[in-house]
Amino acid sequence: MKKYYLPLALVGLFILLTGASLLGLLTSYIQMVLMLMGINIILTVSLNLVNGYMGEFSVGHAAFMSLGAYTSAFITTRLIPHLLWGEPLFPVGKLLYTFDVAAHIEGPIWYLVFPLTLLAGGAVAALAGLLVAIPSFRVRGDYLAIITLAVNYIVMNFFANLEPLGGSRGITGIPGFTSVPIVLIWTVISLWAIHNFIYSTYGKGVMAIREDEVAAEAMTVDTRRVKVMAFCISSFFAGIGGGLLAHLLLYINPASFSILRSIEPLVMVYLGGMGSISGSILGAIVLTGLIEALRPLRVWKWAVISLILIILMIFRREGIMGGREFWFLKPKREVEYAPASD
Amino acid sequence: MPLLQIRNLTHWFGGLRAVHNFHENLEEGELVGLIGPNGAGKTTIFNLISGIYRPTEGEIIFNGTNIVGLRPHQISSMGIGRTFQKLRLWNDLTVLDNVKIAQHSRIGYGLSEAVLRIGRYHKEEREIEERSYELLRILGIDKYADQRVKHLAYGDQRRVEIARALALEPKLLLLDEPTAGMGTAEMMRMMELIERIKEEFKLTIILIEHRMKVIMNLCERIKCIDFGAIIAEGTPDEIKENPRVIKAYLGEEAAF
Repeated sequence: MKKYYLPLALVGLFILLTGASLLGLLTSYIQMVLMLMGINIILTVSLNLVNGYMGEFSVGHAAFMSLGAYTSAFITTRLIPHLLWGEPLFPVGKLLYTFDVAAHIEGPIWYLVFPLTLLAGGAVAALAGLLVAIPSFRVRGDYLAIITLAVNYIVMNFFANLEPLGGSRGITGIPGFTSVPIVLIWTVISLWAIHNFIYSTYGKGVMAIREDEVAAEAMTVDTRRVKVMAFCISSFFAGIGGGLLAHLLLYINPASFSILRSIEPLVMVYLGGMGSISGSILGAIVLTGLIEALRPLRVWKWAVISLILIILMIFRREGIMGGREFWFLKPKREVEYAPASD
Repeated sequence: MPLLQIRNLTHWFGGLRAVHNFHENLEEGELVGLIGPNGAGKTTIFNLISGIYRPTEGEIIFNGTNIVGLRPHQISSMGIGRTFQKLRLWNDLTVLDNVKIAQHSRIGYGLSEAVLRIGRYHKEEREIEERSYELLRILGIDKYADQRVKHLAYGDQRRVEIARALALEPKLLLLDEPTAGMGTAEMMRMMELIERIKEEFKLTIILIEHRMKVIMNLCERIKCIDFGAIIAEGTPDEIKENPRVIKAYLGEEAAF
């Protein structure tokens, strides 16, 4: 019976949130905050895979987000209108070109198209992750931090100079496909996939690398392969999160994926706790909530948030959940075993 | 054909020759001791065999294959397990996970099977887990399965490391000072354990030890090295009498 609690709770949550937003019980502001929380959970848990579970230090999550965001936004605002209504694919020479996709779309077919565009965004981000990971993991130490930092700037400048995709003005008129139930579904998928990966014996190789890489190699773990794979999975979900964000904000430009964007999930990882999926959920919810709740303080809110972080690091360095999980996220045993008493 | 054949093995660390012209013909089922003063190059030889260092010169042939230049995970997957002089356990992980992860090369399921928990996933995970419990039981540490390794007593941590090395199904086991830092009673238990696992898992073992009692009781053959070169080889009794060994290893005064 107990194994049905979690699916039942999720279905309940889904019905509750969808119903409440359809019936207008949730203001659009509350819905916006809920969606941001979900997206931030996806970004945080995927970053935790590299920074928490693997013990490497990636600071360029926004680069992979932007690849996912630009890819999916390109598909929904340019590729699909081009294919369906003959709109120009790259409207060069028209400042602030917008085609009102939202006015043309009808019917549930879009609920099928949108996941595919997100997956395409994730795939592009994962491919970029592969290109970054292969050279960076051949060397040890802090190189990944430097390389990912550089990648963040390279990708940002790439989009800023990519005139066919709006250059530094970015892409406008993105249809608002992202909704509360869709974010919830993708959040659950991301958590479930990363949970299953990291708590399989294969995925635990990631943690062995963090604990002692030399020993991991000497104990049959192909560390290079495992590292590249973990980094690709992390980038993939960053791309998914970016795609969701683009179709929530309706407008993206290169500046929205600066290094500051990378810092946000980083803070959420450390707040929630390294190497804990439950921690990533909490960290994302708490920090997103705090940013919203402290809005009346204006600029001072960052002072307050920083202070909270400093206090946390002094009194609880492992974060809220550091290395522990909620009961429903704990990996399950394959066999029952009771040690003989002595 | 010998299980492990080492020929003309030489390794330089910059200008320092750590291993010089080392050779060995290890038959299956042997238990060979490797002794020598601190810094003689014993651990370096282990690191060369397990692929952590790449030798400057020489050949290491394991089971008919030259393993020089292979990466450590490939070498260990072929069946060379080892322990470390200073424990290198995955401290923040549980005892069970330490043993499970060392079976990485046995995993046949792919990424999608792991993420979706379908196909071969459950069957293989069950096998890995059953085997891990079995090893923990044999080493008498099954009651700590769910504890993090860092919370275990030192002697038990040594046992976890041996269990982890056995998990990869080695034919050859390299034990680097398994009784270091142990009291006499613990040392006796460890000696007994080494003999027991050698029988049970049909192992061939190379043992680095400083304690003469362990070496003399366990080994059929002993190699003594100093400054990276072999200075003596023989049965425990021959080694005990050899003046070069006494001089190099036990010190000048011990000769009298």
